[in-house]
Amino acid sequence: MSDLVASSLDMTFSAPNGESVHALQNVNFTLKEGELLSVLGPSGCGKTTLLNIIAGFLRPTGGSIKLNNTEIDGPGVERGMVFQQGALFEWLTVAENVNFGLRMKKNNKKETAAKVEEWLEIVGLQGFGETPTYQLSGGMQQRVALARCLINDPDLILMDEPLGALDALTREKMQSLVLKIWKETGKTIMIITHSVEEALLLGERLFVMAPRPGRLHKEYNLPFAEMGLQGDLREIKNDPQFVSNREEILSMIWNMEEEIMGKSN
Amino acid sequence: MISAIAEYRGVIVGTIFIALIVGLIAAWIYGRKIIRTEKTDAVFGNPERALGGWYWVFAGVASILLIWFYFSWDAARSFFPDAANELCQVAKVESAMNPVRSTFPIQSRLLKGTSLLARDNLQLDLLDKRLLRSKFTDDEKATYGAAVGKLRAALTSLALPANFSEQTANDIQSIADRIDAVTASLADPNFPGQAEPAEQAAAQAQAGWGESSTEVPIKPTSDRGRKFDQVAKEISTIAKDFSKVRNLSDDFKATVAELNAEIKTLQQEVTDSALEADEKESRVKFIRQIGKLTKRIDDGTVFPPSALDPVEGAVRRFEAEKSNQKGGLNYIDALAMPAGTIVAGNTACSEQGSGRWLPKPSDTLGTLVRISNPDVGFKGIPLLWYEQKPVAEMVGFFIPDWVADLVPGEYPRHQEDGQINENLKTRVLNVATGNFPSITVPVPMGHIWDSILRVLAGLFLGIILGVPLGLFMGLSRFAKGFFDPLIELYRPVPPLAWAPLILTIFGIQDDGKIFLLFMVAFAIMVISARTGATGTQLSKIHAAHSLGASRRQIIKEVILPNSLPEILTGIRISIGVCWGTLVAAEMLAGTTGIGFVENVARKQSDYEIIWVTIILLGVLGLLFDLIMRWIITRTIPWRGKG
Repeated sequence: MSDLVASSLDMTFSAPNGESVHALQNVNFTLKEGELLSVLGPSGCGKTTLLNIIAGFLRPTGGSIKLNNTEIDGPGVERGMVFQQGALFEWLTVAENVNFGLRMKKNNKKETAAKVEEWLEIVGLQGFGETPTYQLSGGMQQRVALARCLINDPDLILMDEPLGALDALTREKMQSLVLKIWKETGKTIMIITHSVEEALLLGERLFVMAPRPGRLHKEYNLPFAEMGLQGDLREIKNDPQFVSNREEILSMIWNMEEEIMGKSN
Repeated sequence: MISAIAEYRGVIVGTIFIALIVGLIAAWIYGRKIIRTEKTDAVFGNPERALGGWYWVFAGVASILLIWFYFSWDAARSFFPDAANELCQVAKVESAMNPVRSTFPIQSRLLKGTSLLARDNLQLDLLDKRLLRSKFTDDEKATYGAAVGKLRAALTSLALPANFSEQTANDIQSIADRIDAVTASLADPNFPGQAEPAEQAAAQAQAGWGESSTEVPIKPTSDRGRKFDQVAKEISTIAKDFSKVRNLSDDFKATVAELNAEIKTLQQEVTDSALEADEKESRVKFIRQIGKLTKRIDDGTVFPPSALDPVEGAVRRFEAEKSNQKGGLNYIDALAMPAGTIVAGNTACSEQGSGRWLPKPSDTLGTLVRISNPDVGFKGIPLLWYEQKPVAEMVGFFIPDWVADLVPGEYPRHQEDGQINENLKTRVLNVATGNFPSITVPVPMGHIWDSILRVLAGLFLGIILGVPLGLFMGLSRFAKGFFDPLIELYRPVPPLAWAPLILTIFGIQDDGKIFLLFMVAFAIMVISARTGATGTQLSKIHAAHSLGASRRQIIKEVILPNSLPEILTGIRISIGVCWGTLVAAEMLAGTTGIGFVENVARKQSDYEIIWVTIILLGVLGLLFDLIMRWIITRTIPWRGKG
């Protein structure tokens, strides 16, 4: 079973001046295969730290984090990443970006080309293979980033505020795309976001994190992702349960922010 | 064809000059009109106001060329081809008249006699003061003071009209009359009559203005020129006679003789006295000063205030007539030959002023065409040409000789019959040293090629060694810390400061220069590659890791392409700095290269070749930069868009 298991994760950063920041404290959760998790929290709550630990870019100072029963040690292909700004290689074309992972594995070229075509079609970029990425709009760049990550067939997809830099309309389209990909591929996905609506829409499960020290504050199990597969996203946003959840979480985060302000003042 | 162009040089230059003026005015008018109609010009400060404007480029180029044509006197030579020869004759008159004219306040402030008197009186005053301050006895002071007073009286007596002899007055009048006679012949339209056929032929046979090493032909070619030439000869004789006229009356001569005798006696007295050595010395010194001053005035060059008036008047009349006879030449001299004039020497006339060190565009082009001819070249080497070289030589250059040593076996010894049996080892050695028959291929050569090759070789070495080290330093704390002191120790030293050392170690031929350029390029490439590597976005590295790239793949596929803009900019800077360093290094030592050409031309004061090399260096430097800019836009179109 390709479960992601975090047990008593602890992360402390020590600054050169001797101060230390407790970024994560005693984080425990299990993410089952095929689950869609969104993580929400005020800034400084350690959500990006958590993601970087799972991706293998950081080593936790305490506790363990396992995927498929193996301890995570360094970055790996089985955990795909999608970054906020795409982090595309601008010197490569769309197709070359998408097939980057396969090229690194020195896959068969013909097979690779077929796969690239397939994935470009899924993310809605057919015919853009030869376009340089710097000529694409922000939304299209994120589609390339998604395809580049998915073509490697990872067990777990980690998204770090993937839609944060997009305008509202593009964002909504991309949210549908993420749901569609989740449905069609059955991948485990973990999304970090700072938008409450997005977290509710894209989260089958939703973690709200609290800052200082960073920890899991509350967990929700939500029906909206399933609903979004069939229905219109805007209608879901008017659903009374959606509205009440949104208000609850908003005021929760609002209070946390207030508390931080009070502490620092 | 080239000789035909040389023949019509004047017409061509004139046409270009007028075309440039017309073009400049047209571009200016067009540009002004555009300013009024272009909408981006409505708002001052709008950066788009600086875009475009080829007509201003044309105006700028035309202005530079016009200034060059004008200040090199190429325009003057084109429009007034005979003016230089005539001005040369005028210059002869100038230099002939100069000793006479300089006596009078015509181009100077004071009459010569006035300034002489002032100067000598000042010296006498100083002597008086020194005498007062001295530690001489009162008797000595009185004696020496009397001698100084006598000298002063003799000097003053020169200015007294009563002491002025009638003979001298007559001499002066005769000089004045002779000058007036020359002035009259200057005004005479028939003077000096028809030229002798032989004289005329000799004048016509002279090389024209700037056609040979003699810059301006010296023999007069026009009637006006012959007139001035003749006048110059006559004035020269008169000036010689005038310099012999002296204001020496019998009384004055007697006084001077008396003074000289007295000085001798005084000196003798001091030498014979029982004074200490240093006391003797100070007295002798003072007496010698009086003697020196006496010698200065005894030539009688001071006259009574109005004694030379007849000559002054004659000179002024002559100068007026000369200016009158010059006519249009006055304007040509002042306007068409700016910042200087033609001067006459003993054997030749020459341009003096900007026309001298700023060669004429037409001559410069002619020189470039001349030395571009591979049969002429410079110091026996063409500027840029090709030669047939055997392929074997190049193979021998690239394959190191020690390859043969690696082949198993022994090199053969000669046998008793004197034969040498070749084995595999010798055959490999033959290939490695280029000692085998092969076809020849054309290879570029010459001064320009040598310079370019050195820059490219130094740059190539700098890139292939500097870029990997720079990337390494950008990625590793060890490499950055370890190699940084090395780079930072030698990089701030101006490359030319290394030149004497490097040229001593590696020799003055290509090796030394290439190593020097390598040092220059290496530091720049290391720093640019390092900047490029450290500037890689962390998220891109993260992405590459997540996509399963190995360390080697990350360097090759992410860090290297990401650093490419910095690396290419580094190459562009390197080429520029290498180019500058190379030329200076070639000037220091070597036997080929553009810098060498310029250095030799400098030693020979060959301004045309100096300017040819300057222009060549500029054009080649620009060419390098344009190529690099083209490469940059072609290879990194994403720059600034990531």
